[in-house]
Amino acid sequence: MEFIELHNIEKTYHIGDIAVPVLKGVSLTVARGEMLALMGVSGSGKSTLMNILGCLDRPTAGEYWLDGREVSRLSADQRAMVRNRKLGFVFQNFNLLPRTSALENVAMPLTYTSNLSDHEARHRAQEVLVRVGLADRLDHEPSQLSGGQQQRVAIARALVNHPPLLFADEPTGNLDSHTSEEILRMFVQLNEADGITIIMVTHDSDVARHARRIIHIHDGVIVNGQAAAPSPSGAGPVESGESA
Amino acid sequence: MKGYRTIRTAMKALRRNPMRALLTTLGIVIGVAAVIAMMEIGAGSSAAVQKSIASMGANVVLVMPGTATSSGISFGSGSVMTLTPGDGEAILRDCPAIRTAAPAVRARTQVVYGNRNWVPSNMYGTTPAFLDVRDWTVAEGESFTDRDVLNGNKVCLIGQTLVRELFDGESPVGKEIRVKNVAFRVVGTLGPKGANMMGMDQDDILLAPWTTIKYRVTGSTLQATNQSAAAASSSAVNTLSNLYPSGQPSLYPAQSEVQAADTPMPVRFTNVDQILAAAQSAPEIPSAINQMSALLRERHHIRPGEADDFTVRDMTEMSKTLTTTTKLMTNLLLVVAMISLVVGGVGIMNIMLVSVTERTREIGLRMSVGARARDILRQFLVEAVVLCLVGGAVGILLGHGGSAVVRAVLRWPVQTSPTAIAAAVIVSAGVGIIFGYYPAWKASRLDPIEALRYE
Repeated sequence: MEFIELHNIEKTYHIGDIAVPVLKGVSLTVARGEMLALMGVSGSGKSTLMNILGCLDRPTAGEYWLDGREVSRLSADQRAMVRNRKLGFVFQNFNLLPRTSALENVAMPLTYTSNLSDHEARHRAQEVLVRVGLADRLDHEPSQLSGGQQQRVAIARALVNHPPLLFADEPTGNLDSHTSEEILRMFVQLNEADGITIIMVTHDSDVARHARRIIHIHDGVIVNGQAAAPSPSGAGPVESGESA
Repeated sequence: MKGYRTIRTAMKALRRNPMRALLTTLGIVIGVAAVIAMMEIGAGSSAAVQKSIASMGANVVLVMPGTATSSGISFGSGSVMTLTPGDGEAILRDCPAIRTAAPAVRARTQVVYGNRNWVPSNMYGTTPAFLDVRDWTVAEGESFTDRDVLNGNKVCLIGQTLVRELFDGESPVGKEIRVKNVAFRVVGTLGPKGANMMGMDQDDILLAPWTTIKYRVTGSTLQATNQSAAAASSSAVNTLSNLYPSGQPSLYPAQSEVQAADTPMPVRFTNVDQILAAAQSAPEIPSAINQMSALLRERHHIRPGEADDFTVRDMTEMSKTLTTTTKLMTNLLLVVAMISLVVGGVGIMNIMLVSVTERTREIGLRMSVGARARDILRQFLVEAVVLCLVGGAVGILLGHGGSAVVRAVLRWPVQTSPTAIAAAVIVSAGVGIIFGYYPAWKASRLDPIEALRYE
C-alpha cells in the first residue's frame, strides 16, 4: 500500500437546497518521499482537495488511506491527532502568532503533543529554527522579520513534530521572486535530504516546476498526472456515474 | 503539567494584547472592588446597627428564681429564693456565651433630697457590671465600684428622672440623698434611656451596691424568710439608733420559741432577686441559656427529671428584631454585590467574544497543527478565569483600600470581612467560568478551514 491513496473522493457542499459538487471522484496515489504540486485555477477544487488531504475536512464519499490508515471517517478529535503527528502546514500568509517570538511560534504545536517538557520543547524548536537558517532570530517577533524569514519560521513550525507529510498552500504567494526561490529550494532540500513527502498547492507554474510531479485539477476532477502515476488521468466520467 | 502549560499559553495570549486584557479585567476589578467595599462598609454599619439594638437590651438574659408551689397552688415566678450572688459569679466564670452578668436585688421605697421626695419605680442593688449588661453609660460622675459592693458602701447612681425630680437643675454628684432613712452619696448619674417598649420610664431608676440595698435598706427579704431572726432583732428597745433599720414591724405575729422549734426553717443563704446576664451576641442567646441552665442545675443540686428552681428569660422580641435586621442587611449587600459581579461578568463575556472573533485565524492555525476542540475550549476558558482571578485580586486590594479611605475620611464604621474576600475570589473565578464558557465554546466550534480563511 502506498503512503497516500485516494479512492473516488467526492465532496459536495450544500448551499440551502442546492448541492454543489466540488470534487467529483478523485483518485490519487502518492508514494512516500514524493514532491508533487496540485495545480488548478481558482474554483477548480484544489483547495478542497488539499483540505481533505490535510485531514481538515471529510469527503462526502470515497476512501482516503494515509500511511495505512483510513482517515476519512475519523472524528474531529482523531483527525486533530493525525494533523498533530503526521502533517505539517505552511500557509500563504504565514499565520504566525503576532507579538510572539519565533521560538514560541515554532514550539506552539508541541503544546498539543503530550509528554514533552518545556525545556525539551524549546530545544526542539531551536533545532528546527537552526535548520531553516534562523539561528540568530530566535527571539524576534514576526513584525521584526522579513517575509522570507516569516515563511521560514512557518516551515520550522510545520517541521517541529517531524511529520512525514508537509502541505504548502501557495507558500510563495506573498513573497518576491528571489525569496520564493529560496523557500522553494528549501522545500526541495527537505524533500531530498529528509525524505519528507511534500504536497504544494499553487496556480503558478514556476512554483510547480520545482515539484517532480504535477497534478492538474479542473472542475473537480484530475485531468492529468504528470510523471509516473499509477492511475493518471481521465477517471472523471466513470466515477461520477458511480456516485450515489 | 498539562494544566500548567495551559495556564502558560493563556498568559502568553493575554500578554499579546495587554490593553484588551486590562479593559476586560476592569469590569471584574470594579465589580469585586465594589463587593469588598460594600461588604466591609456594610458589615461595619450592620455591626453598628446591631450594637445600637443590642444597647436596648436585646442580648440580655434574665434569670429569675423559680416558683413556689403548695398543694397545687403556684405562687408565680420569683416566689422562692434560690439564686445567690455566687450563681452570678459562676455564670460569668463558666458560661463562655455570656459576656457579663450582674446580680440584682430590688427595692421600692422613698428617696428624699432636701424638701423633695420621690419613689423611683426601679431601685436595684447590683454590681457595676449591671451598666455593662444594660449597655448604660454614666452621664456625670462615675459608677460605684466592686469595692463599694464588697463593703456595702452607701453610694448610688441615679437616673435622669430622679435628677429632674429631686435636684431640679442642680448637679447631684457628691450630694447626699436619703433612701429609707439611710444616707447615700450620689456618685454619678446615668445617661438617658427613655421609656422601654412597654412605655415604662427606664430613667426612673436608682442603682446602688446590692450589699447596701440588701443589708441596709430592705433587709426584708431575708427577714421575711427567716422570721425567727426577725423576731430576735425586734426586741431592740431603741429604734432611733438603728444603723440597719431592718427591725421593721412584722406583718405576721412573731413565732414563739416553741413554734420555731416545731417548724424549723433553715437560715437561708444570701439570695438575690434576679441575675441579669448579657450574651456575647444575639445568635448566642440560645447557647447562653443552655449553659446557664446546666450550670445552675448543677449548682442547685437538681437531679435529672426534677424541675428547675429558676427560670431563664430572654428578650425574644428584641433579639428577633436584631436577627432580622442582620439578615436583611446581609441580603441587601449580597444583592448589590451580585449585580455588580454580573455586570463585570457580562463585560468579560463581551470582550472574550470580540477576542474570539479577532483571533479566528489563530484558532484555525492551532486547530491545523493538532489542537482539539477541547484544547481550544480550555485555552479560552483558562484565559477568562485568569483574567477574572487577576481582576478579583486587584479588586480586593482596591475595595479594601476604598473602605480604608471611607473609614479615614468619612469615619464610617468599617469591618474587614474574610468571608467577603474568600467569596469574591470564588465568585470571580465562577464568573470567569460561567461568562467565559460561551465564547470559549464558540471558539472551539469553529471550522478550521473557515477559521484559517477568515480575514
